[in-house]
Amino acid sequence: MIDQKHIRNFCIIAHIDHGKSTLADRLIEFTGVLTQREMQDQILDNMELERERGITIKAQSVRMDYTADDGEHYVLNLIDTPGHVDFTYEVSRALAGCEGALLVVDASQGIEAQTLANVYMALEHNLEIIPVINKIDLPSADPEKVKHEIEEVIGLDTSIAIMASAKSGIGMKEILESVCAFVPPPKGDIRAPLKAMIYDSFYDSYKGVVSYFRIFEGSVKKGDKIRFMASGKEFVVDDLYVFRPGLTPVDELIAGEVGALAAAIREVKHVRVGDTITLAETPAKEALPGYRKATPMVFAGLYPVETNDYSKLRDALEKLQLNDASLQFEPETSEALAFGFRCGFLGLLHMDVIQERLEREFDLDLITTAPNVIYHVNMTNGEEIIIENPAAWPDPTNIASIQEPMVKASIITPSEYVGPLMELCQDRRGTFVNMEYLNEKRVNLHYRLPLAEIMYDFFDQLKTRTRGYASFDYELTGYEDSDMVKMDILLNGESVDALSVIVHREKAERIGRPLVTKLRKLIPRQQFEVPIQAAIGNKIIARENIAALRKDVLAKCYGGDITRKRKLLEKQKEGKKRMKAVGSVEVPQEAFMAILSAEDDDD
Amino acid sequence: MAVSLYIHIPYCVQKCGYCDFNSYAGSRPDEQEGYVRALLREMERWAGRPELAGQPVPTLFVGGGTPTMLEGRHLAAVIAGARRLFAVAPGAEVTTEANPGTIDFEGDKLKLAYEAGANRISFGVQARQPHLLERLGRIHTPDQVEKAVAAARAAGFSNINLDLMYGLPGQTPAEFRETVDWALGLGPTHISAYSLIVEEGTPFYVDYDAGRLPLPPEEAEEEMFAEGKAMLEAAGFEHYEVSNFARPGHRSRHNQVYWRNEPYLGLGCGAHSFLELAAPLPNLGAPRPRLTASRVQGGAAVETAPGEPGQKYRFWNLKTPTAYRGAVERSDWPVEAGEVIDRPGEMAETMMLGLRLLEGVSEERFLNRFGATLDQVYGPKIEQLIVHNLLERADGHLRLTYRGLRLGNQVWQEFLQD
Repeated sequence: MIDQKHIRNFCIIAHIDHGKSTLADRLIEFTGVLTQREMQDQILDNMELERERGITIKAQSVRMDYTADDGEHYVLNLIDTPGHVDFTYEVSRALAGCEGALLVVDASQGIEAQTLANVYMALEHNLEIIPVINKIDLPSADPEKVKHEIEEVIGLDTSIAIMASAKSGIGMKEILESVCAFVPPPKGDIRAPLKAMIYDSFYDSYKGVVSYFRIFEGSVKKGDKIRFMASGKEFVVDDLYVFRPGLTPVDELIAGEVGALAAAIREVKHVRVGDTITLAETPAKEALPGYRKATPMVFAGLYPVETNDYSKLRDALEKLQLNDASLQFEPETSEALAFGFRCGFLGLLHMDVIQERLEREFDLDLITTAPNVIYHVNMTNGEEIIIENPAAWPDPTNIASIQEPMVKASIITPSEYVGPLMELCQDRRGTFVNMEYLNEKRVNLHYRLPLAEIMYDFFDQLKTRTRGYASFDYELTGYEDSDMVKMDILLNGESVDALSVIVHREKAERIGRPLVTKLRKLIPRQQFEVPIQAAIGNKIIARENIAALRKDVLAKCYGGDITRKRKLLEKQKEGKKRMKAVGSVEVPQEAFMAILSAEDDDD
Repeated sequence: MAVSLYIHIPYCVQKCGYCDFNSYAGSRPDEQEGYVRALLREMERWAGRPELAGQPVPTLFVGGGTPTMLEGRHLAAVIAGARRLFAVAPGAEVTTEANPGTIDFEGDKLKLAYEAGANRISFGVQARQPHLLERLGRIHTPDQVEKAVAAARAAGFSNINLDLMYGLPGQTPAEFRETVDWALGLGPTHISAYSLIVEEGTPFYVDYDAGRLPLPPEEAEEEMFAEGKAMLEAAGFEHYEVSNFARPGHRSRHNQVYWRNEPYLGLGCGAHSFLELAAPLPNLGAPRPRLTASRVQGGAAVETAPGEPGQKYRFWNLKTPTAYRGAVERSDWPVEAGEVIDRPGEMAETMMLGLRLLEGVSEERFLNRFGATLDQVYGPKIEQLIVHNLLERADGHLRLTYRGLRLGNQVWQEFLQD
């Protein structure tokens, strides 16, 4: 059994692309957990999707053994954290299991919006922060300037900052030594009743639910009977694991350690992230405080293309929810799309990731409706209703007032782009708050913006207008009065509920016109003419026609062509099948998301 | 059981901009000679197999490429060889394709072909206007077309087809009218009028993609179709297939074999066949009765599994003349790959092909062939297509409406398997 004082639990926080995953890989390699040959690129990002996009979505852990210069043997638990604002909740869960954090800042880029957000969160959790200036071997690196920025902007002492290049393996030993020297060991009485906090879980078809936890007090052994304090369910521990980085069996884990357990748990619902595990024989009196529940901010309808896949979609959502408690869903019925689910996400990236995982891991063909935020609607009869779905928008004559969610946005940018960014924020109904200079060339621009306005390609616009130099982060600040209206889309004279969107009254036309144009381009020509209209109430604000298909015929089909022409027709038929028949109109999946890109499409 | 023959000649003077056929620009005389020898060897082998031995051959079609790229003696040898080795019926239709730019007006190429047994000739004409011929990459002039048709008549041909095209870049309805008028004046028995399809992998596709192919507007293309049809019908031609018109009694018998989904053997590089195999053929693998039209992968190894009687295949030969010749010269079957056509697959193809014919699919012939009525197999689909005014029933046939003729793909795909 290891001595608590030789355990170090730490995480790495960084802005996206500042080299977090590469650093994690190098540390793992350096401590010899895996040889280089065994390393998959960036092994901590082990979801296929994470590697492809170069992002971290789920918190992952790895345990490393390290003998420091002081001659002592240490166990280092590295908990990787997501970098994107959508996954702030995941970050806070991971941070709760750590005593220290490596703050990685790119030596040429300096502090970015997400760096700040994550640092503040780490400070809230009282973590010891060790600054790591990464990529110091790049020609454009200016480590001194970055150090200065960290001291000025965050107020951290940089005397212990480490100069590193994860890519070239520079500074790895120094980092590990600093972790041993500066990160405090975990506290917690080993002899007290077990208190272990579940921070993640997944379903394995052989082992059942595998729960990831951090022990705060007590210890747990293989064969112990455990209890989940929230559900009250009891199980016998079949296996205990640590992360190396795969699940490696151990016999016992003690306060301060992170690990996982399997206990033949078949029901996903018995294991809730944030719940406390204790021992059935000698239970703890109180559970740990748990996590603040992440609240979904963005809602969209998810529908199977094949109506028969409804229950398959429900099963898939349940499986995903197991290790993504922030995903919410409830059944929804649409006239156009039949049976599906209204799902709540933390943000657009989260939505994108869920959608892609459903399609890849569960082989589902999905239609996603345009995402929307939650509106608070005060009715003339005094009632307040919460709208997650445009289809449920009440009759405007019964509406007294409407409130929409607002965010406080922080944009860090080179000062020459302030003009274009202000224009963008203004255009998105933003209110200027203030602007602070980080140094003579970089500013942090603060705006109040409606959440709905940053959902539609705000980030792309931000990157375009600053040639990729600006970074962006936001936090929710509450609800504000706003003049919102429901815009309906009519195909062939019939309103399609799944295409309705909530827009600001003054922007309705500016959104409606390009949306209708975009739909005309997306919806293939049918055997008859199809008018597309955007309407507010009875007032048509935009209209276009999809001309009827006049000709669709293969001119030639002789002996040598038959197989090829048949395949061509089969492909055409397959394409049609992937569309949704709305009334008599075949609508492709992309059409339901058209609004996301309608605004910038002006040809 | 009757089997039709197709023989592929892969050579052309140059590739036309719209062409995606298996053809190659230029060839040396010794290359042609070697290719013709390989063709004859392939024919000899097939002649000894049970699928062909003693079976009547109602039609023979020499296509390309450009068969008239061959020297007269070679073209004649191919036709005569087929007639010697197979049971080509006395009244059989024997067609050769021809490019007006490859006819030796002083020589005897067409005469040799006719004397060897060809009795129908099909010229690629396309358009009357030199600027269109140039845009298409055709090697001939309108003048050569007139002389070629005259030469064909002089050689003995009376059954003459002219291929025309419409919907061409830069073409006006007036120009197409002029082309049809002129073509009718040449006295053909058959006219094919093809709407240009821009195929992937052709120079036209590259131009199209780059926005450099000024196709006529939809309305103009539609006008060309409607006017061409009206003019040809007024001149006594019957519109009998999507793109084909014939004087009474002169429909292409060979092409109707394809559209009625009847068996044929393709010879030469890249040629396709549709046959019920009675004995194994390498590269097709063992028949897999339960697989639906699944592609059976070709391989180098010769497989010896026997073909089950009654198993139908579509298969095709190695594509390039070099690979094809190589295989034949090594005494290998030059087959590249194929697919099993099971009963539902055969029904689907019967519909896809039969509904290209204006007479449509005969309800009785379908029943006799498959032991089930059209309604038993496709009832609800047919109903729906009739409601949409794409199909109609008449004279014991299910056929395209005029609207269906313009939206054929929308109809045919409905009969294909999911």
